[in-house]
Amino acid sequence: MDILITGVLLGATYSLIAMGLTLQYGVARIMNLANGEMLVAGAFGAFWVFTTQKLSPFTSVAFVAPGAFVLNWLIYRFLLRPLVRRAKNRGMLEVDSILATFGMAFAFVGIMLLVFGGEYFTYSYLDEPVAIFGSPFGLNRVVACLVSVALCGLLYLGLNATRTGMALRAVAVDPAAAGLVAIDVPRMSTFAFALGGAVTAVGGIVLSTFLTMDASIGIVFTMKALIIVIMGGVGDVRGAIIASLILGLAETAVASLIDPGLTLAAAYLLFLLVLLFRPEGLFGRRQS
Amino acid sequence: MTRRETVSVAMVAVALAILACLPFLVDGYLLSLAVGIAMYTVLATSWALFSGPTHYISLATAAFYGLGAYVVAAGVDVIPYAVLLGLAGIAGGVVAALVGLATLRLSGVYFVIFTLGLAELVRQIVTWVQNNLTGSRGMYVLTEITERMIFWELLALAAAVYLIGWLVTRSRLGFALRIIGNDEVVAAHVGINSAASKLALFVISGTFAGTVGAVMAPRFTYIEPSIAFSPELSFQVVIMALLGGVHRLWGPLVGVIPFTILWEVIAGRFPTQTVLLLGIAFLLIVYLIPNGVVGRIESAIKLAGRSVKHG
Amino acid sequence: MAESTALDVQGVSKRFGGLLAVDDLSFAVRENEVLGLIGPNGSGKTTVMNLISGLLKPNGGEIFLGDRKISDRPARIIARAGVARTFQLVRILPSLTVLENVIAGAVFGHKRLWGRAVRQFALRQLERVGMGHAVDAPTASLTYIDEKRVELARALASDPRILLLDEWLAGLNPTELQIGIDLISSLREEGRTIILVEHVMDAIRSLCDRCVVMNSGAKIAEGTPEQTLADREVIRAYLGDEHA
Repeated sequence: MDILITGVLLGATYSLIAMGLTLQYGVARIMNLANGEMLVAGAFGAFWVFTTQKLSPFTSVAFVAPGAFVLNWLIYRFLLRPLVRRAKNRGMLEVDSILATFGMAFAFVGIMLLVFGGEYFTYSYLDEPVAIFGSPFGLNRVVACLVSVALCGLLYLGLNATRTGMALRAVAVDPAAAGLVAIDVPRMSTFAFALGGAVTAVGGIVLSTFLTMDASIGIVFTMKALIIVIMGGVGDVRGAIIASLILGLAETAVASLIDPGLTLAAAYLLFLLVLLFRPEGLFGRRQS
Repeated sequence: MTRRETVSVAMVAVALAILACLPFLVDGYLLSLAVGIAMYTVLATSWALFSGPTHYISLATAAFYGLGAYVVAAGVDVIPYAVLLGLAGIAGGVVAALVGLATLRLSGVYFVIFTLGLAELVRQIVTWVQNNLTGSRGMYVLTEITERMIFWELLALAAAVYLIGWLVTRSRLGFALRIIGNDEVVAAHVGINSAASKLALFVISGTFAGTVGAVMAPRFTYIEPSIAFSPELSFQVVIMALLGGVHRLWGPLVGVIPFTILWEVIAGRFPTQTVLLLGIAFLLIVYLIPNGVVGRIESAIKLAGRSVKHG
Repeated sequence: MAESTALDVQGVSKRFGGLLAVDDLSFAVRENEVLGLIGPNGSGKTTVMNLISGLLKPNGGEIFLGDRKISDRPARIIARAGVARTFQLVRILPSLTVLENVIAGAVFGHKRLWGRAVRQFALRQLERVGMGHAVDAPTASLTYIDEKRVELARALASDPRILLLDEWLAGLNPTELQIGIDLISSLREEGRTIILVEHVMDAIRSLCDRCVVMNSGAKIAEGTPEQTLADREVIRAYLGDEHA
């Protein structure tokens, strides 16, 4: 039972990160391997607000979200769109964007190491127990979960109930056809990439309330987000949420039943199963 | 063999013979630099054999390498070293085959992601096994093997990589891979087994990386998971190969030499800034030299040739 | 003419989501026959080609090459068994030379040559399609009809038992069209077994021994070009009710 609840709490926060990458990969078609670094940058923002300004870490959303949005907008506009333009086919764009975003990821880590140094950073916020079904859980984890659920809900509504959301989903399904019905595909891609970056950075804020991080931990979260997105099916929001919960549960189960050092192995086992049996995602239709 | 090929083979043989004399001339820092260059040459060239034609970016080098080093560490007291080298190669090849079977049927993104975490995965498993079964994390590798001998072993491996690479490019397999890299649908429709061809090359590169790890193991003296499975290695290899150029067998070498030296300098003076160097190198490759230095030079020569013809 | 069956399509269906692209289609191709597969746009002709070549798997029905079942085999096995094709949208291998593009057809498939033999064989195919002058040219310099010729040479290089030509004549100008028709008709005289998806009616009349007409995934007529093109159902499918 404890495992179940901890797993769900963790999984819900993962879904926020996965949402960010889904927007970037599903809509803008960029496999952003610098995703985790954006998350760490967001976490740094929260850490800074909490330790120096003595404010709730969640207030950092006020500058982290717009900051990440603008930064990702610039990255897509000036670094990635040239790659989209010069690519002759999807495979070429894939290779180029993988290498370019790796470069950005390492550059970010390098810059963060310069600015903040290599130490672990952690702070204690709402570090008190609450009882759920009689067992104690960290209040910060519960709050993080609720915030993630609220944000995911908001995004889901936005994607399904607004004009822009509709346009984004159209680009995700078929960029060429979306262009034919007068959707500005490059603009929508840029917007999706920027929005995805902002969501990821906010995910970093949420995670930082209960996880210890350092400048070079981003890659771990990139891996997790990638596994979730592939497991859920590329561009599939519902699939991503369920995949997040599965990953959260699997990691928690392995950590508490076998060894906390094997959480990545757990994630990998899931990944492998998906690749072998459902490479099109949990709810994906098999393409012929 | 054509006349030109005979000449190239002779030149490579002479170059190798000269290089083999190097340990008699230099030692200390320069010899260790030479060992580094030889090591990266083997790793980057064997990486390019697979990734060059197929465009699959493999980040699994560190996993194979670490595995090779661990095979030596685990068996050095009981099994002869030469046998261990072979076992390490087999270990690298077997893991490559397993990874390839799971991922090579699918798109390149899945492959990159899977290999990205592979070194970390193997590290976690090795750590767990050591903690739970043997009790201690590290292992000593105490041998009589000197830096000179390591250099010679690497030189022999480099010769082997070039020989295999040369044979592959002349073979049906090499031709099949070029077609696969162009268009997998056409490849299937002319009768090529894409998955098997890619797998064969990936296994070759995994075997080499595993063997290199085993060759380098005596140099560590003390091996523990975080040293053997350093993920940086995978990225360095990718950068060096792409920097030099992957569409020629000797392309990676052009990237290996300057980058190894640069890395030594940066790592020596600003040890925390190697990550930034990796980042800048990646960006540089993508935006300024997408076909590598060799590709740059070749297109410059072609341009010059054309202007001479027309001029 | 020998009456043995080269390719037998038996009750084949293909579904894409809710769309039934090919609906219980059956037809046979005899040895040394040129069969035209015609029908309005979207009637499922290219899908049938893809099902035969193995690019797609049928949801139902079976396809036999001679007496060997191929509908459950991957494309590479079907290619080795002797099916070669060109694509509706030409697929040239851009980083290979013209000659290498053709060699690609003769190394791994039905024909398995290597070394000097394959070079000479591929050269002959290139000359056969009228491309002997551009052997070492980079593919980027080719015109549209030349690309189509190279692709045809690649298909011929496997010495296929069945050749699938998917709108090979589409997009050519009148002069090129005549060259194209002559080329295919010389293949026909050689005795090649060919399935031809085509919209150019002149080509169908002059090249095909028989036609299969498709509409909405199903076969609506079969027979000689004269018979089928005069068929009321066929005219209705192409032009609508008032012309029938």
